[in-house]
Amino acid sequence: MFNYYMALAVLSLKRNVVLTVLMIAAVGVGIGASMTMLTVFRAMAKDPIPNKSYELFAVQIDNWGPRKSFSSNGDNLSEQVSYTDAMALMSIRAAKRQSAMYATGAALTPEDPERRPFRVHARATYADFFPMFSVRFRFGASWTAAEEAERSEVVVIARELNDKVFAGANSVGKTLNLDGHPFRVVGVMEHWEPIPKFYDLNDMYGKSEEMFVPFGRAIENQMPSWGNTNCHDDIGAPGWDGHLRSECVWLQFWAELPTAADAEHYRSVLNNYAADQQRSGRFHWPPNTRVRDVREWLTYQHVVSNEARILVLVSFSFLLVCLLNAMGLMLAKTMGRAGDIGIRRALGANRRAIFSQCLIEAGVVGLAGGCLGLALTALGLVGLRSLLSESVSRLTHLSISEVAIALILSIVATTLAGLYPTWRAAQVQPVWQLKAQ
Amino acid sequence: MLKMTHLSKAYRTEVVETYALRDFSMDVGEGEFVAVTGPSGSGKTTFLSIAGLLEEFSGGEYQLDGANVRGLNDDQRSKLRNEKIGFIFQAFNLIADLNVLDNIDVPLRYRGFDAAERRRRTQEALRRVGLPARSRHYPAELSGGQQQRVAIARALAGSPRLLLADEPTGNLDTQMARGVMDLLEELHRDGATIVMVTHDPELAVRADREVHIVDGQVVELSVPSRRIAAASITT
Repeated sequence: MFNYYMALAVLSLKRNVVLTVLMIAAVGVGIGASMTMLTVFRAMAKDPIPNKSYELFAVQIDNWGPRKSFSSNGDNLSEQVSYTDAMALMSIRAAKRQSAMYATGAALTPEDPERRPFRVHARATYADFFPMFSVRFRFGASWTAAEEAERSEVVVIARELNDKVFAGANSVGKTLNLDGHPFRVVGVMEHWEPIPKFYDLNDMYGKSEEMFVPFGRAIENQMPSWGNTNCHDDIGAPGWDGHLRSECVWLQFWAELPTAADAEHYRSVLNNYAADQQRSGRFHWPPNTRVRDVREWLTYQHVVSNEARILVLVSFSFLLVCLLNAMGLMLAKTMGRAGDIGIRRALGANRRAIFSQCLIEAGVVGLAGGCLGLALTALGLVGLRSLLSESVSRLTHLSISEVAIALILSIVATTLAGLYPTWRAAQVQPVWQLKAQ
Repeated sequence: MLKMTHLSKAYRTEVVETYALRDFSMDVGEGEFVAVTGPSGSGKTTFLSIAGLLEEFSGGEYQLDGANVRGLNDDQRSKLRNEKIGFIFQAFNLIADLNVLDNIDVPLRYRGFDAAERRRRTQEALRRVGLPARSRHYPAELSGGQQQRVAIARALAGSPRLLLADEPTGNLDTQMARGVMDLLEELHRDGATIVMVTHDPELAVRADREVHIVDGQVVELSVPSRRIAAASITT
């Protein structure tokens, strides 16, 4: 009977085109508005590294004390760490993998003299970065421990940079001229772009770096931070060494701690380190440290703002209003068909049959409304792209899952809205037909 | 086939109780053609709606084809209505969006017949009413008489045990009315049990017998004059 009811639904919708268009438009507009906001929200709130988000921890140490704190979270903790603390934690090696890192960059001079040099965004980091963040390689691999220890001039490049400079060929072993230094390519990554860029939220919706250089080499080459550096009122002594010895916070620090016991152990190591700093007279306050996994970190950093949540709520309230309108129209349509329903009842249709027929019709309206809603969502996202920054607008695209959500949401919501008109239809008494003659 | 015993139907409001049928008893045998007559408001339509399981009754007993219908739920009544009763309405009551074939197909769908069986039955029913050439037409494209023939085909398609006709010629001109009555008589000759509500004495005389209702009660059970005349000639 499903096919029969589907055919009847299409027939019924064709009978009163104006009412049908109004119903579909009401559902479509509601779905379009809510899905536009939901798509943006989901992109903002999605887990950027779902297979490891509970094993990767951002590390925080309070190296300024309560009087200098600028933390907006009220915990005196900066989102970044100082070079001193980062190097100390790297030497302790209390995690399965760990890495200090910072955003930097260089001018890349192509071998072809016809091509002009261009700026390349880079990240100075340790070899652990790649396995820790599940980065896959197209060619080659990360630099070795020996190369890291020797501070070799090696580089891992992103696939996009490899395409740009080497036309996609295997460039392992080839050399890149970065700020006048020859860096040997040891690995080419597959496309890797976690959104948001959880490991450095200074540019949370920015593109991933085009190349990665060993941390020690970057420091030795005095590659400057292209990220955020906070120094409060203590910028340290002049020069690069002074910057390294200062209490400025400009490095991100991540540790891979696969088990709860690992995390607990790391917390105690971190606290002991801070206690040592207090004892040595560097910190004049009790240990204040924290490790947060990726999920906690994104929440802590307000990656999804309250405004975004409210907008989603408002858009779904609008969907509710649209559905109520659609329900009214469905009710009018149903009552207009009471005659046909009475005939069907007289000819042997029970209430369940009428209920099914009308509910499927509501579902068809939902499906059509969902399709219209998807088109409106696509339009809405185009509109948002013109309003939002380039980095955020990159998020706003309809994926298969969003399409599925829109259609399912539309069908389910419209079917629910159709319950009352459908119930009313099922209450039509067959005798009315006879007595109305 | 149809047996009502001391049946009553009351419509109640907060202040008044009105009986549409009171102490109503009637027995229709298999293969009979019964005309139910009476003035407007006498209870003819209420009788027909109860007989057709479209409406519940307040008291008494009603047996349809040997089954007591008192206390049946909506599902059971719908099933019984679908399987045992064929309706012919005064206003034809065809579904405007469906063509002739699909209109006849409606009760068969609820009966659960497969596509081949439904096709066989609709074509046979159309043949019986003489409209096989109109199968793809929509109701609006047919004359009143043709629409009523389609309605009769729809009623026949499920091979019901009882045909209930409510003023079947009420919306037709004389010529068309005659054609429809001829068809009903032909069905009756083929063995159909027919109960026809009418206020037209000329139609009533074409039935085997006439039941006259006044104020919700059977006041007269008679053999129509034409039948009496026919019986006299036979004897």
